[in-house]
Amino acid sequence: MCLALPARVVSVEDDTDMATVALGEVKKEVSLALVEDVQVGDFVLIHVGYALNKVSPEEAELTLKLFAEAGLTGKGLP
Amino acid sequence: MNAVVKRFPVRLDVRRGAVDMTHGSGGRAMAQLIEELFVKYLDNEMLRQANDQAAFNVTTGRMVMSTDGHVISPLFFPGGDIGSLAVHGTINDVAMSGAVPLYLSAGFILEEGFPLADLERVVASMGRAATGAGVPVVTGDTKVVEKGKGDGVFITTTGVGVVPDGVEISGDLARPGDAVLLSGSVGDHGVTIMSSRENLAFETSIESDSAALHGLVADMVAAVPAIHCLRDPTRGGLATTLNELARQSGVGMVLRENTIPIKPEVTAACELLGLDPLYVANEGKLICICAPEDAGRLLTVMQENPFGRQAAIIGEVVDDPHGFVQMETSFGGNRIVDWLAGEQLPRIC
Amino acid sequence: MKYVEEFRRHDLARELAAGIANEVDPGRRYNLMEFCGGHTHAIFRYGVQDLMPSSVKFIHGPGCPVCVLPIGRIDNAIALAEHHGVILCTYGDMLRVPGSGRKSLLKVKAAGADIRMVYSTQDALRIARDNPGRQVVFFAIGFETTTPPTAVALKQARAEGLGNFSVFCNHVLTPAAIQNILESPEVREMGTVSIDGFLGPSHVSSIIGSRPYEFFAEEFQRPVVIAGFEPLDVMQSTLMLIRQLNEGRHEVENEYTRVVTREGNLKAQSLVAEVFELRRTFEWRGLGLVPYSALQIKESFAGLDAEKRFDVPTVTASDVKGCECPSILRGVKRPTDCKLFGTVCTPDNPMGSCMVSSEGACAAYWSFGRFRQPEIPTVRESVA
Repeated sequence: MCLALPARVVSVEDDTDMATVALGEVKKEVSLALVEDVQVGDFVLIHVGYALNKVSPEEAELTLKLFAEAGLTGKGLP
Repeated sequence: MNAVVKRFPVRLDVRRGAVDMTHGSGGRAMAQLIEELFVKYLDNEMLRQANDQAAFNVTTGRMVMSTDGHVISPLFFPGGDIGSLAVHGTINDVAMSGAVPLYLSAGFILEEGFPLADLERVVASMGRAATGAGVPVVTGDTKVVEKGKGDGVFITTTGVGVVPDGVEISGDLARPGDAVLLSGSVGDHGVTIMSSRENLAFETSIESDSAALHGLVADMVAAVPAIHCLRDPTRGGLATTLNELARQSGVGMVLRENTIPIKPEVTAACELLGLDPLYVANEGKLICICAPEDAGRLLTVMQENPFGRQAAIIGEVVDDPHGFVQMETSFGGNRIVDWLAGEQLPRIC
Repeated sequence: MKYVEEFRRHDLARELAAGIANEVDPGRRYNLMEFCGGHTHAIFRYGVQDLMPSSVKFIHGPGCPVCVLPIGRIDNAIALAEHHGVILCTYGDMLRVPGSGRKSLLKVKAAGADIRMVYSTQDALRIARDNPGRQVVFFAIGFETTTPPTAVALKQARAEGLGNFSVFCNHVLTPAAIQNILESPEVREMGTVSIDGFLGPSHVSSIIGSRPYEFFAEEFQRPVVIAGFEPLDVMQSTLMLIRQLNEGRHEVENEYTRVVTREGNLKAQSLVAEVFELRRTFEWRGLGLVPYSALQIKESFAGLDAEKRFDVPTVTASDVKGCECPSILRGVKRPTDCKLFGTVCTPDNPMGSCMVSSEGACAAYWSFGRFRQPEIPTVRESVA
C-alpha cells in the first residue's frame, strides 16, 4: 500500500510551499507541492513527506454515519 | 583505574580538547584523563584506591552478574544519554533476577577526536545515574581507537548483585494460567531515538524512559517473593521479549491489546513511520509473570512505585505447543504477535 | 489522532459485523480481492477476518510495490551502488528485498556500498546538494501515490541545476495490473480462481480518482468499492460489495469519500504527466510483462534519468526455485500452498518478495495469522 495518514496543518510557509502538520502530538514538515489552497486547520493526507490531498470533514462524518446505519441492520440478531 | 595521586602541571582542557591516541596509551595523559574526568564524576572509595581491580566483601547467598555493551546514535537524546543508559541498562539486567545490584564496572572505547566536553557530559551523567541508583562504578578501563573506527564512544558496563534468599526468578518458569504484567507504556525510548535522528526529523515531546528499576523490583520481590519471570523489554520491544519468555518456558501467551499502555505520541510516531509500537525498544520498563493469585497484589505494589504507575495486567500464559504469543486486538479480532524480523525499518508502504 | 481512531472503533466493528452477517446470502460465497497490501495489512493486523461470516473470503492481490518489483530491477539498483560508486537513496522498504544470489541493498551496504535510507524525495535532493562531488541516485518505487513526489523532485532538481542527481524510475500503474489479473486464464477460465469483486485502492485512488475503475467494473462485470485503509473502512466496503453482488450490480462505489473523488488530484496528475510517460511494457513479479503498466522519465527530463546516465542493462533474473510468489501475487495460490512458506522462507530469512514487505501476503500470514493454520510448521530460529 502506500502508507499515508491524515494530519492537521498547523502552519504554512508560502515561500517554500512547506507546511508543519500535526499527527496527534507529533509534528512533521511536509511539502505542499501536490495540493492547492491549503489553510491552517485543514486536514491533509500525508505520504513520504508530501500532502497528497485534503481530507473532507463532511465526508468523514457521512462515512461514520454509514457505519452506524450498517450496524443497525444487524441489530436484533440472536 | 590507574589514577595517579600526583597532580598534573596543566589541567585537562575539557572545554576545547579532544580524545587522542595518548589518552589510551597507558601513559601520563591517560592517567590525567582518568583522574580529572572519570574519577571526578564517578568518585567512590573503591575507585579512588586506584587499583586495577575493585575488592569488596561478599555476602552469603546467590550472586548474579550481567554485562551489556552500549552503542547508540545519537549519544545524547531527550531523557538521557549513553552514560545514563549504560548504568540503567546493566542495573536492570542484574535486577531482573530479583537481585539487589551492588557494583558496576565500566569499559570505555573512545574514538580519536571525540570532544572531551562530550565525554565529560557522558561521564557526569553516568556519575549522576550511579549515585541516584546507589550502585557505584568501582572499576573501569579506557581504550582509544583511531578516528573512523568507532562512533564517538562505546561503553560496556558489568554489574554484580545478590539475590535475596527464597527468590527464584527465571525466564523458563512461566506456567499456563500465570498472569502477564507490564510496568508502564511501551515504545518511549525507541521513538525518542528515532525522532532524534536527522533524516527522520519529526518533533515530539516524548522522552526516553531510561531508568534503573531495581527499586521497583525490590518492592515487588518483597511483596511476592515467588515471582516467576522478570525481564526488561529492551531491543525488539515488548513483542520480542514475550516471545523469548514463551519459548524459554515452552508456553504460549494471550494478550489483550486494549490493556497495553501506549502514549498517544508513540502511537502517532509509529503510524507515521509504519512501525508497530510493540516492537519498539524500552529502557525503563519490565515484564513480570506470576501466579494468577499474586497478580493483584503485585499490580498494587507496582502502581505505588514511581516507575510502575501505569502498570497493567496485559494477558495470561496459556498452554500452546506452538508457543504463539497471540493478541485479542482492540478491534475485536485476533492476531499473532511474532518475533521481530530483521531490523525495524521505517517504511512507506 | 483524528480521522484515524474513529475508524478503528471496536463497538462499531461489532455492529458492522452483525450487519454483514445479516446481509450475506447463505447460499453463496463472496471471494473478494483486496488489491492493496494496505488492506492486507489491516485485515491481518486488526483480525478483520475473525469478524466476517465464513462465506466472505479475502484474496490478497499484488498491491505491494515492493513485492511486484522484479528481481532484475533490484539487481540493477544493487549494481548502481556497487559498481558505479553512486550514493543510492532508497525508501526503507527496499533495503531487505533479496535480489539475485540473495544479495540485498542492506548486504551490499554492509560490504561498503553507499546506500542511504530516505523518508522523502526531499531527503534525496538534500543529499545531492550536500555531496556535489558524488552522483546521487534515487531508487524510485511505488504506485500512483508515490509517483507525484518523485515528479516534484525531478522538477526541483532541474530548476536547481542539480547535475549530480538522477532517478532510477520503477513507478508502476494500478489499473494495468488489475486488468492483467482479470484477463489472466486462471480468472477467466472458470474454476481455478474466482474473484467476485474488488476492494479498490485507497491512496492510489486519492491521486487517480475513482474513474479509472469504471472500465473494469463494466468490462469484467465485477463490482469495485474504493476502500479506506482503516479496519472499519474495510468492513464497510466489504458490506457494499456484498450488497452489489446480492443485487447483481457491478458498479464502482466509493467508500473512502473523505479523500477520494471521481477526478482525483488534478494537480498531481498534471505534474506526473509533465515528467513521466508510459513504458511500452514492464515486468511485474507474478504478472510477467504487463503492457503499459509502468512509467518512464520523459525525454525532456532525460538528463535526470539514471537509466540514461548509467549503464542499466535489462536483467532477466528468475525467482528462487519453488517460490510461489508469482501465483500468490495473482491470488491463484495462498501463502500456505507454498512449500517454502515457514520452512526455509520466513520474515527473518525471506526467499521471495511476499515475505519481505510487511504488506506482502506471506509476511502478513506468517506474522499475524499463522495461528489459523495449525498445520504450519513452526520454525524456531535462534534469536536468543
